[in-house]
Amino acid sequence: MELVLSIAIGVMTGCGVWLILRPRTYQVIVGLSLLSYAVNLFIFGVGGVKSNLPPILGDGVVSSTLSDPVPQALVLTAIVIGFATTALFLVVLLASRGLTGNDHVDGRNERK
Amino acid sequence: MGRFAPCSPTLTAQRGIWGIGITFEPFLLVVLLALPFLGSLATGLILNTTSRDLPVFVAGAVTLLAALLTASFYPALANGNVLRFDAQWLPQFGLNFTLRLDGFAWIFAMLITAIGFLVVLYARYYMSEDDPIPRFFAFLLAFMGAMLGIVISGNIILISVFWELTSIFSFLLISYWHNNSTARDGARMALTITGIGGFCLLIGMLLLGNIVGSYDLDKVLASGDVIRNHALYLPALIFILLGALTKSAQFPFHFWLPNAMAAPTPVSAFLHSATLVKAGVFLLVRLWPVLSGTYEWFWLVGLAGTLTLLLGAYFAMFQRDLKGLLAYSTISHLGLITTLLSLGSPLATVAAIFHMLNHATFKASLFMAAGIIDHETGTRDMRRLSGLFRFLPITATLAMVASASMAGVPLLNGFLSKEMFFAEAVETHADSILDRALPYIATLAGAFSVTYSLRFIHTVFFGPKPTDLPIATPHEPPHWMRFPIEFLVIVCLVVGIVPAYSIGPFLQMAVESVLGNRTPEYSLSIWHGFNLPLLMSILALAGGALLYILLRGYFARCEDGPPFLRNLRGQRIFERVLVTVSWRWARLAESRMGTRNLQPQLRWVVACGFLAGLLPLYVSGFEARMFTFSGIDPAFAAMWAIGMALSLAAAYMAKYHRLAALVMLGGVGLIVCITFVWLSAPDLAITQLLVEIVTTVLILLGLRWLPKRNPDMGAFISLRGRFRRFRDLVLAIACGVGMSFVAFAVMTMPVPDTIATYFLDNAYEQGGGRNVVNVILVDFRGFDTLGEIAVLGVVALTVFALLRRFRPASDSLDMPEQQRIQNRFDEERPDRAPGDTVRDYLAVPSLIMQWLFPVIITFAVYIFMRGHDMPGGGFSAGLTMSIAFLLQYLAGGTRWAEDRLRILPLRWMGGGLLTALATGVGAWFLGYPFLTSHFRYVELPLIGKMPAATALLFDLGVFSLVVGSTVLILVALAHQSVRIRRVRSHDAAKTEES
Repeated sequence: MELVLSIAIGVMTGCGVWLILRPRTYQVIVGLSLLSYAVNLFIFGVGGVKSNLPPILGDGVVSSTLSDPVPQALVLTAIVIGFATTALFLVVLLASRGLTGNDHVDGRNERK
Repeated sequence: MGRFAPCSPTLTAQRGIWGIGITFEPFLLVVLLALPFLGSLATGLILNTTSRDLPVFVAGAVTLLAALLTASFYPALANGNVLRFDAQWLPQFGLNFTLRLDGFAWIFAMLITAIGFLVVLYARYYMSEDDPIPRFFAFLLAFMGAMLGIVISGNIILISVFWELTSIFSFLLISYWHNNSTARDGARMALTITGIGGFCLLIGMLLLGNIVGSYDLDKVLASGDVIRNHALYLPALIFILLGALTKSAQFPFHFWLPNAMAAPTPVSAFLHSATLVKAGVFLLVRLWPVLSGTYEWFWLVGLAGTLTLLLGAYFAMFQRDLKGLLAYSTISHLGLITTLLSLGSPLATVAAIFHMLNHATFKASLFMAAGIIDHETGTRDMRRLSGLFRFLPITATLAMVASASMAGVPLLNGFLSKEMFFAEAVETHADSILDRALPYIATLAGAFSVTYSLRFIHTVFFGPKPTDLPIATPHEPPHWMRFPIEFLVIVCLVVGIVPAYSIGPFLQMAVESVLGNRTPEYSLSIWHGFNLPLLMSILALAGGALLYILLRGYFARCEDGPPFLRNLRGQRIFERVLVTVSWRWARLAESRMGTRNLQPQLRWVVACGFLAGLLPLYVSGFEARMFTFSGIDPAFAAMWAIGMALSLAAAYMAKYHRLAALVMLGGVGLIVCITFVWLSAPDLAITQLLVEIVTTVLILLGLRWLPKRNPDMGAFISLRGRFRRFRDLVLAIACGVGMSFVAFAVMTMPVPDTIATYFLDNAYEQGGGRNVVNVILVDFRGFDTLGEIAVLGVVALTVFALLRRFRPASDSLDMPEQQRIQNRFDEERPDRAPGDTVRDYLAVPSLIMQWLFPVIITFAVYIFMRGHDMPGGGFSAGLTMSIAFLLQYLAGGTRWAEDRLRILPLRWMGGGLLTALATGVGAWFLGYPFLTSHFRYVELPLIGKMPAATALLFDLGVFSLVVGSTVLILVALAHQSVRIRRVRSHDAAKTEES
């Protein structure tokens, strides 16, 4: 499990990094989304990669067998904030495209 | 009473002024401090008043009340008593809000409030009709409050805080006539210099507190020996001196004061003679018992003081501007005080305190007189002013008395303290060149001050009638405008003639509170017999008069500024430094190291991130240990094989086919979501799924405004482009591989005992919830969540604001191809009107979506309610709810949805944030810290037993804000197609008109 997950995180990071270095705005948005998946999974993984653990306190559940709630709480808000920043970024890029008339992240196609 | 015994916090006055045992006085200290600030607020609130009397009345009443209140403290301070008020502020850092009033602070507070009142009275007549009066008095009162704060603070950090406040309000007051560029420049310079000084002072105070182990002023004052013998003594001294010397305009930081003369004259009279510039020497006196007496102190303070004393007086002689002359004279007199303090003898300190008071009285009255001259004649240029005695006989007489005091003529208060200075200058304190030269420097500076005083009086009031005054026939001002000067001049005379009966007891109290048992014997009489100081005085008077006669002709035609040193202008150096640092170096750094392109910046960020991740591994070594595999689930592996393929494909297609990339990105998101389910995190899975939906809709809406799909998949790429791609690819692979390694290492490490154990153990008992993740979010770490939802709200508002004036790129303006085809189809059919196809499109799913509306809302409520015990909660319920709204937009279109459903996202957001805040604040009223939650189970009909924690209320706030923000973002974006159509038709109508 750990092996699969860590390779997946690596692949998503690689794709994300590659994309955010591209010149087109849309590529950067997709790249940031992929990066945030990778980072969320990474933080989540810090708490241990275990399946079939009880997530909820119940009668007769020993608290030490529960899945680690702290990374989950961190990632939960990260997911929501990730949505917000994606939205902000998208709108900034749309506005910038409207102002400059092209799709380059710097607002101009050719470097000076 | 032993001044150096540390005062216990409860040491307060023995007799209450109200006669009720102990005592309101400590609280009255708070009132005294709060009074000017409240007055400032009150004056600020009536900012739009046209009345000229109301702000003056408020300011006058406040200052008078403050003065009377200060005066009423006098009996309580007898016998060396100290009034203290203690309130905890940040006790864990040793910071308390301590106010402390002793004799020295009292006499200063008296000075501030009394002269403050006189200045308010004067300003009533000085300010012209067009000036915004309330603003002036609001700033003036706030400044007075800050100044009082410095004086009565009992904590050295608190002193620093008020110190900064005085810098800021003095900035606002100097730049009061902000249309005038001189005023702006002068204010900026004053702020820069005193602001840097204030920063140094803070460092010095921190060092001092570190040496003593406490920031309490009493404790600091009690540990003089510790401080002087400490290794950090010199740095602390230097930083504190930097603060004090900049504030008191000592050489080489003196140049801001003459430039601050662009301020209205009441400000100069108040700040630049009596209060602000005295703050520096006040602090030196305050800390004199612990810092002085060392060789370093003598040289640093003494050099600054003597140079300032001499240069200030020299510069003052050659000024053209009346206020310029007074400003340099102030600098010189402050230098005199600093010099006295540098000597380290108690008697010199008595003279310093005495001179501070005397200088305040005569200089404030002189500034006001200069203001009257300016007001009545329209100029302050001494070459144009002449023979004003015949027009302004009373003002002239008053100014003459005051400047005689400035020159040190007998029978006036200035003479007394100057005489004491001469006496001290003759004594040997620390045998050195500076000490031996001091009598000569003192006499020379005394002579200079006689010369500039004579110049002031003789040029302005005597001689021929003025010829080119802007106001041809000046006349005496209203009586009440002159009253402050009259009052101060009478003080000068009374103190000068019968010092022992007027200022004597007050001065004695002030001196004792500073020097304690080192208080020397001194005599406050006018006549001490024929002695050396008297001879020096006579020499200075005669020499000064002679110098004036010799230089008269030169003064009349000379350029502005003194000969020889005309080019040495601190101002110019200051400006050059400023330009170099803030402009040249900044430009250089920007051109060398900066780029305006995003890609290099991101590349650097990523590369630095990669190195930062690598560094710890390199430093501490990568421990090769046996990894324990927990086995590979084939299904999980297969799922992620698809996931990785999707992610690679999304990366590839993002350039060529945006929709496909989006679909694949969504696929990756779903697999992440399944992973969360797999790994026992149902809360995350729910949130991820919902966010995935709204993100996809969001980007779909955005795609409408992005350019068409890029058809040239195999276009030619230049060599440079290839290189760039190769470099980025290497970076991407390096980051990916690195992340894999780190992730694998982290995940296979045994999880240590973390705070999670605490949360797990206490979630049910303390938070009343079984879903620990939710309890963490709304209870244990509720404050974090509050911050996060605030961020969400801010982002949503930003998106909204950005889209309000959104103009899409020109190639996205046209109707999308699909709509065009549909409309063409409608037009070709006679039985269809345009728009029918759009309406019929997805008719059945639309209906289902409409029907689903209540179902989804119920579902959202359900998720919300169970959130504390089961997976769910405010975040996921909020997202669900917003999806319900979103579906209505999808089903019926923007118009249809808005005709039927009025969502007010801003209200949802505001309400949510306020609910969350109110829940947190509510805990305060019950005596608990912010956001403490309370819970119990209640029985509800139908639903059954249900936890009713206040955390649920907080979660309701989260829910409401998430709904509001998400809907606001999506609707604002969705609205663009409607808006653009409107904009387009509007534009078309406009072009038709023209």
